[in-house]
Formats: sequence, C-alpha cells, structure tokens
Amino acid sequence: MRERAPILEVRQLKTHIKTANGIVKAVDGVDFTIYEGETVGIVGESGCGKSMTSLSVMGLLPKPMAYIESGHIHFAGRDLTQLSEKEMRKLRGNDISMIFQEPMTSLNPVFTIGQQLSEPLKQHTRLNKKEIRNAVISMLQSVGIPRAEQIIDEYPHQLSGGMRQRVMISLAMLCQPKLLIADEPTTALDVTIQAQILELMKAIKATTNMAMMLITHDLGVVAEMCDRVMVMYAGQVVESADVRTIFNRPTHPYTQGLLASMPTANERKGELSSIPGSVPRPDEIPPGCAFAPRCSIATDRCRQERPVLQAYENQWTRCWHPISKPSEVTHAT
Amino acid sequence: MLPEPLLEIKQLKKYYEIKKGWFQPMQQVRAVDDVTFTVYKGETFGLVGESGCGKSTTGRAILRLQEHTSGEIRFAGRDISGLPYTEMRQLRRKMQMVFQDPYASLNPKKTILQILTEPLRVHGLYAPEERVQKAIEMLEIVGLSEYHLHSYPHEFSGGQRQRIGIARAVILQPELIIADEPVSALDVSIQSQVINLLLQLQRDFHLTYIFISHDLGVVRHMTDRVGVMYLGKLVEQAKTEELFRSPKHPYTRALLSAVPIRHPDEKKERVVLKGDVPSPLNPPEGCHFHPRCPDCMQICKTEKPPVVEVGDHVVACHLYATENR
Amino acid sequence: MNQTTVTESNVNPQLLKKRKAGSGKAGFYLRQLKKSPSGMAGFVIILIVLFLGIFGSWVAPYDPNLAELSKKLLPPMSEGHLLGTDQLGRDILSRLIHGTSVSLIIGSCAVVVAGAVGTTLGVIAGYFRGWVDTIIMRLVDVVLSFPFILLVLVINAVIGTGLKNIILSLAIAGWVIYARVVRSEVLALREKEFIVSCVATGVPRWEIILKHIVPNLFTPIIVLSSLQIATYIIAEASISFLGFGVQPPQPAWGNMLSEGKDYIFSAWWLITFPGIAIVVTALGVNLFGDWLRDVLDPELKGN
Repeated sequence: MRERAPILEVRQLKTHIKTANGIVKAVDGVDFTIYEGETVGIVGESGCGKSMTSLSVMGLLPKPMAYIESGHIHFAGRDLTQLSEKEMRKLRGNDISMIFQEPMTSLNPVFTIGQQLSEPLKQHTRLNKKEIRNAVISMLQSVGIPRAEQIIDEYPHQLSGGMRQRVMISLAMLCQPKLLIADEPTTALDVTIQAQILELMKAIKATTNMAMMLITHDLGVVAEMCDRVMVMYAGQVVESADVRTIFNRPTHPYTQGLLASMPTANERKGELSSIPGSVPRPDEIPPGCAFAPRCSIATDRCRQERPVLQAYENQWTRCWHPISKPSEVTHAT
Repeated sequence: MLPEPLLEIKQLKKYYEIKKGWFQPMQQVRAVDDVTFTVYKGETFGLVGESGCGKSTTGRAILRLQEHTSGEIRFAGRDISGLPYTEMRQLRRKMQMVFQDPYASLNPKKTILQILTEPLRVHGLYAPEERVQKAIEMLEIVGLSEYHLHSYPHEFSGGQRQRIGIARAVILQPELIIADEPVSALDVSIQSQVINLLLQLQRDFHLTYIFISHDLGVVRHMTDRVGVMYLGKLVEQAKTEELFRSPKHPYTRALLSAVPIRHPDEKKERVVLKGDVPSPLNPPEGCHFHPRCPDCMQICKTEKPPVVEVGDHVVACHLYATENR
Repeated sequence: MNQTTVTESNVNPQLLKKRKAGSGKAGFYLRQLKKSPSGMAGFVIILIVLFLGIFGSWVAPYDPNLAELSKKLLPPMSEGHLLGTDQLGRDILSRLIHGTSVSLIIGSCAVVVAGAVGTTLGVIAGYFRGWVDTIIMRLVDVVLSFPFILLVLVINAVIGTGLKNIILSLAIAGWVIYARVVRSEVLALREKEFIVSCVATGVPRWEIILKHIVPNLFTPIIVLSSLQIATYIIAEASISFLGFGVQPPQPAWGNMLSEGKDYIFSAWWLITFPGIAIVVTALGVNLFGDWLRDVLDPELKGN
C-alpha cells in the first residue's frame, strides 16, 4: 500500500475558531497522509475536530470565524492553504469532492436534480447539453437510482433520504475526483438504507482508484469500509493504524474504551464497559493529555505533559503509557 | 411462576388524516396499524424499526400523549384507553417516559431542583422539604450531585441531561418506563454510561421498560423480548436472543443483516433490500413489505398476512401461514 | 427508592438559595449592552424619555399651557425659549417634555392591556385548538383586515376621546398581534418535548399552561411589546394629529403637530421638534427591542 503515491498530506494542521469566549483550537496539530485508492476513516465523538479537519481540506471553513492558523495541506503537489478562493473552486468538485451527512441541506431545493448535477460538468468539462444530460443519467444509474430519466427532472424534496444521498454521491463522483471526503454519509439514514449506501460506496471503491476520507463516529462503518483509521480526540489524532490493528490491538486507552463500549462487545444484559466522564469542552482541555481526566491508567506525567504521537511498529499512538499487551476485545456473536 | 402481564396492547391503531388540497379527499396515514403485544412485569420489551415505522407513535399512544384512533391499552389489568385527562394524570405516577432528545425534553427555564421535584409535587408526594431530599438522592443515584441542584439544563452536557431526564422519570418510582431512543442522541462513549444506568435502575427499582430504538446493537444488549415494526405493523415478536439468532420475517432478516459488521474480518451475508420504505400515506396492498421482500409470493401482493406463531416467534408473514407450508 | 432519610444537616442551606444571585443578571445585561452600540443608543434614549416622562413637571422650564401672546412664534434659541414658542406663545420645550408623559402612559398602558388580552386569548387558542381556536382566530382575522390606524380612529370616534379611551382603542385594535404571535408560539411549544414530558409526568393542565408555557412566552412578548410601544406612540400621535385622541390644550406630540401644521411655512419649529421627538423615541424603542431579542436568546445566557 505504501508504494502508492500520496494524494493528500496534511502537516501540523491547526484550525482555530473565534467565539465570543475566545479562540477554540478545533484542530490542534493534525498530521496524516492519504494514499491513492485507500479509504481512511477519521473516528471521534462530537467536537473532536473531525469535521473541521475535512472542512479545512475542502477550504469550506465558515470564514471568518474559522481559519487555518498554521500548517500545510498538500494535495497533488499543491499547498491548498496557499491557494486563492478561485483556485480552490476549480479544485472542489473536480479533484476533491465532498458528501455531507444531511443530503437535503446540501441540495438546492429550487433546482431539479439534473440542473444540480450538470453544474460541475458545465464548470469543469466542455460537453454539450445533450452529452451532459446523458452523462448525468448514466451517473444516476450507476449509483443505483431507478427511473433515472425521470428523476433527473425532479426536485430534491420529491426524493427519499436514501435517494438524495445517492444523488449526492453521484454529484461527488461526476468529475471522477481523486479524493472523496464523506462526512458522516450514512448517519442520517436508516439501517437498511445505510447498508445500501455502504454497498454502493464499496462498489465505487472497487472500480476506481479514488481515495476516500470517511468521517464517522460509527465503528461498524469503519470496520466495513476503511483501510486505515485515525482516532481523534479533542482536536488531536490520538491513534492511527490500519483497520485490523486498531480493532485487534488498540494501544490508546481512548480507542480501547470506544471499542469496548460497543454493546456487541459485551455480554448481553451485563454492564457495558464504559469511559467515565464526558468529552471536554474546548475550554476544559487540560494542559497534559486531553484524555487524562477520563483515563483509568493516567499518571501524574499524563496530567502535566502533553504526549506526542509516537510510532509503535506500524501504529501511531499519542499516549505516555500505551497499552503494550493489548487485551483482545472480544466480540460476542 | 408465570410472568405477570403489566401492559397489554390490543389492536392499537393511530390514524392521521392529512388534507392534501382543497378538492382532494382526505388521506389517511396509518402510523400505527393494528398492533398487539404484551409486556410482562420486570422485563424490557424492545420496539425496533426504521424511521416512520410507528414505534415512537406507539410509545406515545400507550402513555396517551397522543390520542389513538382505536384499540385497548390495559395497564395492570385496567383499560386506560378512554380515561379522561385528570384520571390519566393520576395514573402517570406509575408509567413514565424518557425522551430521545436531552436538549428538548427539559424546560430550559427551570432549575434541576424544580424539574426533579415537580413530579413529586404534582402527585402530592412527600412534604416540600422531603422532596428536596428525594431530588438530591435521585441526583446521586444517576451519578450527579447536590451541587447541580440549582443549575439550569443548558449548563449540562447531553449525557448529563439525559441522566436528569431519567432521574425525573424514576423519582416517582413508576412501574413502567417507556424509553424512546434514550441513547441515540448521545456520543458513543456516553451511550454506554446511560445504558448501564438504565440497567442498574431496572435492577434497583424493579422497573419494566419499553425500549424504543433503531439501534439493533443496543436493543440486543438491553431487551428481553423484541417487537419489530414496519410501516405501522408489528411484523415479528420474539425473545431477543431467539430473534437475533434466527429471525423469521424476511424484513427482520434484512434488518439484522444490514447492521454494519463489528470487526473488519467479520464476513457477513447481507440481504440488501431494494428501494426505500414506502410512504405510510399509501402503503402497498397486501403485505406492506412485499415490494421489497426477497421472498415475495403472489398472495403477498393482495392479501394481508396472518399473524402466526412459529416456535417462539409471532410473525405476520404469508411464508409461515399453515396453508402455504 | 431505599428510604435513606437524609438529615437536614446534610443539605447545604446555601445551595437551596439561588446560586450567584448578586452579580448575575443585571451584570450580564449591562455587559451585553456595552457590546452593542445600537442597543446602548436605544437604552439611553429610553432612559431619557423615561426620565422626562416621570420628572417632566420639574424639568420643564415653563408651564406648558402658559400662553403669552406677546411672545408668540418666537424662533428657537431666542431669549429663554430654547426651542421657541408656538402660535399662542407657549414654550415648545415645556410642551414637548409634558407630552412625553402622555406618550409614555398611552404607549405602556396600551401595551399592557393589549398584551394581556392578546396573550390570554392566544394561549387559549394555541393550547386547546379546536373550535375555540377557530373562533378566536377568525376574530383576529376580522380585526386585522382593517388598517390599524383606521381602526383605532373609528373606535376612538365611537367611544370618545380622552386618555383612557385612547388606550382602550389602541388595545382593541392591537391585541390581535399578540394573539397571533402567542398562538403560534404556543402551537410550537406544546409539541416541544419538555411540554410533552410534563404531560407524561402528570402535571395538571392549568399548571402546564401557567408554569411551563407562559414563562417561555416572556421573551417573544417582551420583544414584541418593545416594538409595539413604538407603534402605539406613533398611532397616538397620528390620531391626536387628526383631532381625535388627546385634546388640546393638554400637550401631546400628536396634537402639537396638528396645531403647528398651519404654520409649516412660516414657523418650521412648531412641527419639527414634536416630529423629532416621535422619531427618536420610536427609533430608540426599536433599537432596544432588537437588542433585547438577541440577548434574550437563552443559549447566549449560558456563556
């Protein structure tokens, strides 16, 4: 996997948000690389900075409240942080695409599906009207939308949530991007529809060389889709490894806690193993390890000194006391 | 010892009339359509299904928070489906609810003390000073402290608010608690805390739960028996382990197989359903599930499926009707 | 629940009192006010108007009805009359200051009466719905189908002039706005989970309305009222201008305008200053109302 060319390299990314109560470090020094053709999952709970990371890459931060404080985002050899808005617009939808959690809010209600889907083709290609329409229809068909010839002239509200997400995916796939960022793509969907969308995304993955950055809180979706996983907590990456390593031998106590608290990992009716406390608010993040107040093995060092991301074989962990002998997380079947 | 039924629901129906336009006839949404089940004392009965299947409406109709169209709701042997507001009000001491959204279900203008003592006050329980004691006790039971008594809901995190919501429901020492998606609005690491709290309270106070959720992992962990709903109908009922081990109804099978795998190495044979859940406005003829059903037969398109017992399961499906076997 | 009786000493009595009672609310509002220049401007204008309305008789340099025909139509800045005098030689500044209290009394009383009636009917319509709702809302539609000023004028013409009757006619024409706003708020509130959860707890209906719904209406009502006061002050001025409402010689901004309009080309100051008073007051109240709406957003209070 490592011989492949890197598509996206994020280096020491810091994204800050100005609020009434001061500056919030939403993303606090994040490093990662995504290689072509692989799917990287970014896992974390609300407020961990996973969405802000993706918006930083897309250049879609809600300005001027949120801004990139420092760091670099290299995409196909260019530093996205240095690009002008116009250059970014050229890149978005063409080389990088994004799909969002709530497909209804990301589709414009006053345009038909066809009008919205042909927009990027008009922008980025030189096809004529007829060719565009045909391209859109075949795209809709490829994401499993029945009656594509009719749906192309319908409005977003006429479609169900699953259909809208399919439209969003086809919109994202139109220009054959090198990188697709999917921000909680199935969270708003029912479980049977989620299964459809996941199967669709897997099929797309199998046929293209597109890299995917999948942001989710659902470890099941991660297990299903990802090649590599990054776990984020309080604006930082706390653990990063390939998906099997994460599931088999998590070394960071937070990762381990998350995996262990899945109901299916516990005996039925028994007490779930759980992480005490709650995710810290940005103003509550302690000076040492951000996870220390909730960690069962935290020491004085953890409370005073912020740990650095260190490598253990093929696994990166931000912990002073990584769990060296990983307890196997058992999955009751 | 035979389990003692606490709640018996018989042919519960909740129809909405929707006016489409001036000259069009009223349309009927069958949100809950002929649902029958029994909940026994001390157990947790799960109601699962996808959005719009009527599980929440069923929960609210049982507590008479929404008026139902017809059917019988028997609580501790007494039919409560026609009780007027004031009589129902007194009965609410015995049946409480925990809501999904911890942000919306607490009055933002009331302190925690007010929120927790109100149930005691309106039911005339204890003297005023004792109510404060009770509120403090309850706060400690759900993992908060006396210190929080004068705070307002917005000062708490989602998980803490849900604890307060649970405390308010349990403070009356009810027999039945209907929990409508109590953990789905919470973060993953908080979910397990709240589930543990619910399990602990059930043991300590001998509670009976109706647990409404779309999260099959949580349902599998929490419940003793499960009812699966699809488009207003209860399509299958069984003991939880039994249901997850060998689902009978094709919809249950598809639903269970749609759950994401738990480990990257897990191999799963997936029944991917075609299409979306149809609108409850004009559900399909015959069996509501037939257009998506992988085992659809001719009879399914025209006739409503019978409710039959298959082993320990109660299934509404033509596949198991005696004449088709 | 296990009956562990907690003794009285276990409860910290201080906890039972309101936390952070002292510096809390007033300090919070002042800090918010400092952040908003327009809100501050509105607040200052309101303070000045209030002061003049309450202490007007002490502040005003002359008796507002003291006519000195020898000094009639003096321009502003002339001897002892800062804003000049009118056609009867009365001091305009003094009349303006005295008019302030009339505007204030009418504006605030009309808001209270209209607000009370409109809120009550709006709550009833929104909470109980059904035929009560239909009747109340059709009545609202009927009242709303007349232009506000016209309706006030007609009612005033029927029931007669005078302070009390102006307030009454403003309230009769104005309650419908409250009824509408409150009803839609209540319709939204009663579906909110915290109201449903009160029903589930077993709270009596009247208590749900009074203790849970009405307190949540305060914010929209306060904001609406701050805007309505401005409307009512202008309406009072308009009908006084047209000869109804406050009758001369009692000074009111409206009838000052009315009396001054004949001199519009020869003595501009007769109508200019009452006009400015009306505009500034309405602007001040509106600015303050806008600020209030932003600040009363409960999410903001937490921080």
